[in-house]
Amino acid sequence: MAYAVREALAAFRRAPVLTSLSAAMIALSLFVIGLFGIAAHNVRRVLDQVESRVEVVAYLRDNASTDAVQLALAEVRAYPEVLEAFYVSRDEALERARQQLPEFRTLFGELEVNPLPASIEVRLLPGQRSPEIVQRVAERISAYPFVEDTRYGREWIDKIYLLRRIAGAAALVVGGAFAAVATLIIGTAIRMAIFARREEIQIMRLVGATDSFIRRPFLIEGLLTGLIGAGLALSLTYTTYKVLFRAVFELAWLPDTWVVAGLATGGVLGLLASSIAVRRHLREL
Amino acid sequence: MIRFEHVFKEYPRSGLALNDVTFQIRKAEFCFLTGHSGAGKSTLLRLIHMAERPTRGEVLVSGYSSTKIRSREIALLRRKIGFVFQDFRLLQNRTAAENVAFALEVTGAPRGAIRSRVSKLLAQVGLASKSEAYPSELSGGEQQRVAVARALAHNPMVLLADEPTGNLDERATRGIFELFRSINAAGTAIVMATHNLDLVRSAPTCRVIELDHGTVVYDSGRES
Repeated sequence: MAYAVREALAAFRRAPVLTSLSAAMIALSLFVIGLFGIAAHNVRRVLDQVESRVEVVAYLRDNASTDAVQLALAEVRAYPEVLEAFYVSRDEALERARQQLPEFRTLFGELEVNPLPASIEVRLLPGQRSPEIVQRVAERISAYPFVEDTRYGREWIDKIYLLRRIAGAAALVVGGAFAAVATLIIGTAIRMAIFARREEIQIMRLVGATDSFIRRPFLIEGLLTGLIGAGLALSLTYTTYKVLFRAVFELAWLPDTWVVAGLATGGVLGLLASSIAVRRHLREL
Repeated sequence: MIRFEHVFKEYPRSGLALNDVTFQIRKAEFCFLTGHSGAGKSTLLRLIHMAERPTRGEVLVSGYSSTKIRSREIALLRRKIGFVFQDFRLLQNRTAAENVAFALEVTGAPRGAIRSRVSKLLAQVGLASKSEAYPSELSGGEQQRVAVARALAHNPMVLLADEPTGNLDERATRGIFELFRSINAAGTAIVMATHNLDLVRSAPTCRVIELDHGTVVYDSGRES
């Protein structure tokens, strides 16, 4: 193993430009994934916050009887998706409107009749806030005869979910394309390294070195290139996050598991590219 | 130790290189392979080394059969076979000692054992004083001695030599041949492909196999 590591490190001295280019390509692809990752992560955080506020509001007809409403409230609270449900009377609705919309305070004060309906407000459990579930709960509540209308902000829930999916898909597509290019460049670097060392390899075979022994330095070279690239991508992403993003608006840094996964991806990418190149080109010697 | 059983070797472009070759080489035998260029001498050596497989027939070397051997086993077999070439095939960026050590390093020999083994090998081929010289600083004969030391690194049972004196003057040729004789005397079989008939004639006790267009046309071992 000492020989393999020594030879792998020597490869960086022998062809510094090519190995740097390989590492830079890996860095670039993971950097792109990192940026989209930050975007996706933050969209997810916003979504989680928004989701926790997701509620279904059922506006009640004026003639709804208190008993029927209380019965319905008990039933709604028993739904498996529901975190809590409570009744908001017409007076409470008006009071809330006065507080939340101070600019209309005079208007509300001049009212002789309260125009706001009573309502049942329903909060859902975490993990039960997807657009489908929200819609299902709203439909069930709509079935009560004293419910006039239900609101649950379906459109913007859908939009946020869509945004999150787009960020994820864009990261995969753009990062994937860069990763493919990185794989090709690493493959070329390994190919050139094999070509430069072809005499050595021929002699290794001549004196009885096993194929796995011959492959090992190239695989380690690929792995190291990948890890260096990933490290570079991490520092690039972090610098960008710190300098640019923090100055513009508040964002959260990536979770540790994502960072570790990114570093591992770099290593695996390098290892994979070199193993394909070694398998292909050693056969040609 | 080495057995060829009705071996045929055909190349898609150049045609038949070996044509129904059958012979056997015993332990500690010294055998010349002679014949004109393209007679099949190098092909025969490559088949012993399992660098190639026969198109038909079977090559058996130290218990390994060309029909069954796996790639990992080929590596192990090659540790029992030394190989030297006309063009030496030394690594130019390594000293004589490093070239010999390389053969041990890449087969996983312990580092501590390598240094003393290399010194012994270089002394055996008469190059103890030139262990730190690079190939470019050595004469042809000396380079071939380094190649022989490398080939002996694993104590091979047989040393294959493909025109080892082809690039050497008469004096160096004689020196290499004497080295081969001493290696052979210590129990290692030698199979040496050569054009140099003077050398062959100078060693009447050695076996001679002559090839012509891939066919064995003369085998002194068979006659005896």
